[in-house]
Amino acid sequence: MDYATLIEVLGSTLRLGTPLLLACLAGLFSERAGIFDIGLEGKMLMAAMASGAVAATTGSAWIGLGAGIFASLLFAGVHGLASITFRGNQLISGVALNFVASGATVLIAQTLFGQGGRTPPLSGAARFSPIQLPGVETLAAVPGFGPFYAKVLSGHSILVYIALLCVPLTWWLLYRTRFGLRLRAVGENPESVDTAGVSVIRLRYTAVVLTGVLCGIAGAYMATSLQAGFGREMTAGRGYIALAALIFAKWRPWQALWATMLFGFLQAIALRPDVIEGTLHMKIPVPALDALPYILTVIVLAGFVGRAIPPRAGGQPYVKER
Amino acid sequence: MAKLPTWADLVLVPLISLLLAAVISALVILAIGGDPVEAVTVMVDGALGSPYGWGYTLYYTTSFIFTGLAVTVAYHAGQFNIGGEGQAQLGGLGVALVCLALPWPHWSIALLAASVGAALFGAAWAAIPAWLQAKRGSHIVITTIMFNYIGAALIVYMLVEVLRPIGQMDPASARFPVGAKLPNFGEIPGLSLIFSNKVPANVSFFVAIAACFAVWALLWRTRLGYEIRAFGKSESAAVYAGISPTKVIMLSMLISGGLAGLMAINNVMGESERLVQNASEGAGFIGIAVALMGRNHPFGVFLAALLFGFLYQGGAEMGLWTTIPIELRLLVQGLVILFTGALDTMVRMMLTPFFRTARGAA
Repeated sequence: MDYATLIEVLGSTLRLGTPLLLACLAGLFSERAGIFDIGLEGKMLMAAMASGAVAATTGSAWIGLGAGIFASLLFAGVHGLASITFRGNQLISGVALNFVASGATVLIAQTLFGQGGRTPPLSGAARFSPIQLPGVETLAAVPGFGPFYAKVLSGHSILVYIALLCVPLTWWLLYRTRFGLRLRAVGENPESVDTAGVSVIRLRYTAVVLTGVLCGIAGAYMATSLQAGFGREMTAGRGYIALAALIFAKWRPWQALWATMLFGFLQAIALRPDVIEGTLHMKIPVPALDALPYILTVIVLAGFVGRAIPPRAGGQPYVKER
Repeated sequence: MAKLPTWADLVLVPLISLLLAAVISALVILAIGGDPVEAVTVMVDGALGSPYGWGYTLYYTTSFIFTGLAVTVAYHAGQFNIGGEGQAQLGGLGVALVCLALPWPHWSIALLAASVGAALFGAAWAAIPAWLQAKRGSHIVITTIMFNYIGAALIVYMLVEVLRPIGQMDPASARFPVGAKLPNFGEIPGLSLIFSNKVPANVSFFVAIAACFAVWALLWRTRLGYEIRAFGKSESAAVYAGISPTKVIMLSMLISGGLAGLMAINNVMGESERLVQNASEGAGFIGIAVALMGRNHPFGVFLAALLFGFLYQGGAEMGLWTTIPIELRLLVQGLVILFTGALDTMVRMMLTPFFRTARGAA
C-alpha cells in the first residue's frame, strides 16, 4: 500500500468511524449511569430516517439534524421509561425498540415518499457539505503531513468535527464536573448517590437524554452526510459495533475514539478489496471482509485484549426502598 | 406493590400487552392513512379464512415454535439468546449439506438425518458465544448478535463460492433430491381432505409439537432441567448447590442453538427445497417475542407461535391487498416484545388496582 492509498483509506476511516464514535459516546453516558442500551442501533435508524425525510422536505440539513435528534430522543424516552421508571429489563427494552425502529422507519418513509422505504436523494443544502480546514494550501507543500492534513483531516462535514469535539467534552464532563462525578457514581453505586440527597432517577434520565442526542447526531450524519438520504436498515449493525467499541474502550472517552477509529479503519479497508489483495498478496472473499468488524468485535469481547469491567450497577433498576 | 394472582400473571399480562400493541398498531395504521378494520379483516381472512391461509399460518407457526423454544431454554438458564437468527441460518446450511450429500431413498430417513445436521450446525453456532460467556464473561447478548452478522456473511460465501451449481446465476444451492422432499399437509392422509398440495405447512409441524413436549420434559422432568432453572433463578445459590455454571451455560445454549437450527427442516427442507440467502427471514428474532409472549413455557410458546403465524401470514396478505406496508409486522413484533418483556411492570401496575378491590370486597 503506497502513501496515497493509505491517505485515502485513512480519510474514509474518519468518515466511517464518526457514526461509531457518536454512538459509542452515546452508549458511554448511558452505561456509565447504569443503563444498558442495546437500542443505540434503533435510535440511529430512527434519526437517520427522520433527518433524511425532513431534510428532503425542507431542503435544510440543519432542520434535518434537529428532526433526527428529536426522533432519537423519543425512543430514548421510551427506553428511560421502561428501564428507569418501570424498572423493566433494559436489554429486552433495547432489542424491542430496535425492531420497532426497523418497522417504523420503513413504514413512515414508504408512506411519505412511496419509494420502497427510502427517502428521496438529498443534494445541495439538504446535505452537510465538506468543510475545508484553514491552511490546506499553505501546508500542501510540506511532504508527508501536507497530503495527510488536506485529505485525512480536512474536507469532512461539520458533524465529523462535532463528533471529534465531543471526545474532550465528554472527558471534561465526566471527570472534571460535579455532574460527571455523580453520573459515574450512579452507575457504580446508586445507593450512595441517593444517600447524598441526589436524585438517581433524574441523573439517569439526564444520561438517557444525552444518549438520545448523540445517537440523533449519529443517525443524521448517516443520512445527510455519509450518504445522501435514508435507506432501509442503513445503520447495518453500527449500534452494536459501537457497543463493542465501548467495551473495548473500557467505558472511557479517549479510548472510545481510538476504538471506533479502529473499527472505522476495518470498515474502510473492507471497501477496498484491491488494497488488501495488493498488501497481503492473496485474495480474500468479500463476505469475509464484511464479517471482519464483527469477528474483531467478538475477539475484543473475548477479552484477549485485557479485561473490561463494566460499571457495577449496570442493568439493575434502582429501587429506592422496599 | 401487591402481587398478582398467578393466573393473572400468566394470562392477563400477555393479553393486555398484546392489546396495547394492537391499539398502538391501529393508531399507526390510522396515522399512515390506512383503515385498521380493513387491515384486520384482510389479515383474518387471509390467514384463517381458508385451508390455503391456514396452510401458510401453520407453516410460519412451525418455524416460530422452534425459535421460540430456543429462546425459552436459554432464558431459563438466565441467558438471553438473540442469536436464533444466525443459528437458524446455519441450521439451513446443515440441512442443505445433508440433503445434497445422498440420493435419499425415503423422506423419513432424510428428515432424521437432516434434523441431526440442522441441530448440530445450529448448536455449533451457539457454542462459541456460550463458551465465551462461560469462560471469559463476554456478554452473550452482544456476541450472539455479532454471530448473526458473521453467520449471514458465511452463508453468502457458501452459497456463492461453494454450493452454487456451475452455470447458475442466483446465489442458492442446487435443488434437493426428490427423496428428501417432505410431504406437505396436502400429501398427508387425512389432512389431504382439507388441504391442497400447494400449502407449505409440512410434517415438520409435528416435529415442532414433539419438540414442545421434549422441552417441557427436559426443563421440568430431568436433572439437567432442574439445574438449568436453578442456575437461571440464582447463580450463586446454584453454584453453592454444586451446579457447574460452565456446564449449564454450555448445555442450555447448545440445546437452544440446536432448536433454532432445527427450524431449517421446516423452511429449507420442507418449503424452498434448496438453500437460499436469508432463508430464515427473521424468524430467529420472532422467537424472542414468541418466548416472552408465551411466558417461557412450551405450551405458551405454542400458542404465541400460532398467534405470530397468523400475524405473519395475515401481514403478508395485508401487504398484498392494502396500502399498508408489510413492515407493520416488525413494528407489532417490537411492540409485543416491549410490552411483555420490558414494560411488564407497567402492565402489572395497571392491573393491580382491580385485584386489590376484588380482594377487599371478598
